[in-house]
Amino acid sequence: MVTKCPPPSAEQEMATDGSVIPTLVSKHEAKVLTSWVQSQIAFGSLRSGQIKEDELKAQSKEFLRLFSEGLKSGAIDDITAPAWSATRDMLGDLSRSRALQGFTPSETATFIFSMKEPLFTLLRQHVKDDAEQLGEEIWIATKVLDKLGLFTAEVYQQSRDDIIKRQAQELLELSTPVVELWDKIVAVPLIGTLDSERTQMVMENLLNHIVKSGAEIAIIDITGVPTVDTLVAQHLIKTVSAARLMGADCIISGIRPQIAQTIVHLGLQLDVVSKATMADAFALALKRTGQVVTRTSAKPA
Amino acid sequence: MEQIPILKVGRCLLVSIQIDMHDKLAMALQDDLTQKLVDTRARGVLIDISALDLVDSFIGRMLSNIAAMARVLDAQTVVVGMRPQVAITLVELGLTLTGIHTALDVDKGLALINRLIDDPDGGSGAGGAQ
Repeated sequence: MVTKCPPPSAEQEMATDGSVIPTLVSKHEAKVLTSWVQSQIAFGSLRSGQIKEDELKAQSKEFLRLFSEGLKSGAIDDITAPAWSATRDMLGDLSRSRALQGFTPSETATFIFSMKEPLFTLLRQHVKDDAEQLGEEIWIATKVLDKLGLFTAEVYQQSRDDIIKRQAQELLELSTPVVELWDKIVAVPLIGTLDSERTQMVMENLLNHIVKSGAEIAIIDITGVPTVDTLVAQHLIKTVSAARLMGADCIISGIRPQIAQTIVHLGLQLDVVSKATMADAFALALKRTGQVVTRTSAKPA
Repeated sequence: MEQIPILKVGRCLLVSIQIDMHDKLAMALQDDLTQKLVDTRARGVLIDISALDLVDSFIGRMLSNIAAMARVLDAQTVVVGMRPQVAITLVELGLTLTGIHTALDVDKGLALINRLIDDPDGGSGAGGAQ
């Protein structure tokens, strides 16, 4: 059984080999499961309604099975060992799916941490007499559960990061369309704040489109840009200059009254024709490319 | 020695740069071009850089110089065929080639240059930089 206070390095091996936890857990699996699920429910894992009780039970049962298998393998200290790979996979899937379902980090980590209580109770009941051994066993249990809990949190964080990255990418694609308005006239409706990455994207899209369509005039509409500061203005100027190098003229449209005031207050020089509305800009573009749109007198029947 | 050909097309001279420029070549080009401008009494210079996938500050300055020289000899300069990546790089470098007219391709460049020759102040055409 457990030895008394040997040197730390030896202790790990000895304690791991001699622990009663594997036997206890596999013997009282059902009991641990019931009280574990209860404590999870008490914490509010079901409150948000993302998963049902049955599902939670199934997940807990599956984990407990893998957990006791991992414990039996003897490598209690090292959850990166091959014996724990099934457990790690299962926890990884679990935290990924919880991240997608919108669980909070603490809710996700609680899945593991809430197992401490039933496990400690079990230990207290069965290792009653030897306080030192009880302490040892609890320490081992804490160690392995903490590691698993941290692993869960890490995977959760990782999945959230992936989601954020994907969304940022989607946003980039969403927000930089180049619209062909008329022969030789394209429009770029900008939505959202212009940062350097987006400017780069807008610029590339616009220039490639100019090459493809042979456009002579590009209307940059900034109705959807919430604020124009010196940086945004600089990005706009860059885009305009790049288009000019390609032989296309730019018109900036959609300047709201407040933005006009900001531009003047900041003393920004846009050096480009600007119009209040896209319609005005379009009219000018038609004039410059020598085109007219006429209204037929009679409405079509 | 390698040389950049200068072709006369209608009222203007067409220069197509297809090899890497260096000091000597740039000087030779400026010499040839000014000479040719005087000889042919051309009114416009069309510089095609569609074959260049790298334009640095040196070439940028050379283009500005050529434009300035042509202006003194009463000719308009239009740079055509810049690639999108080149345009982005130039803008990032802060070289916006102010004072040079630009057009998308040779076809549009010719149209622009003819317009500019007829009406030198009407720089409102595509890429017209005042």
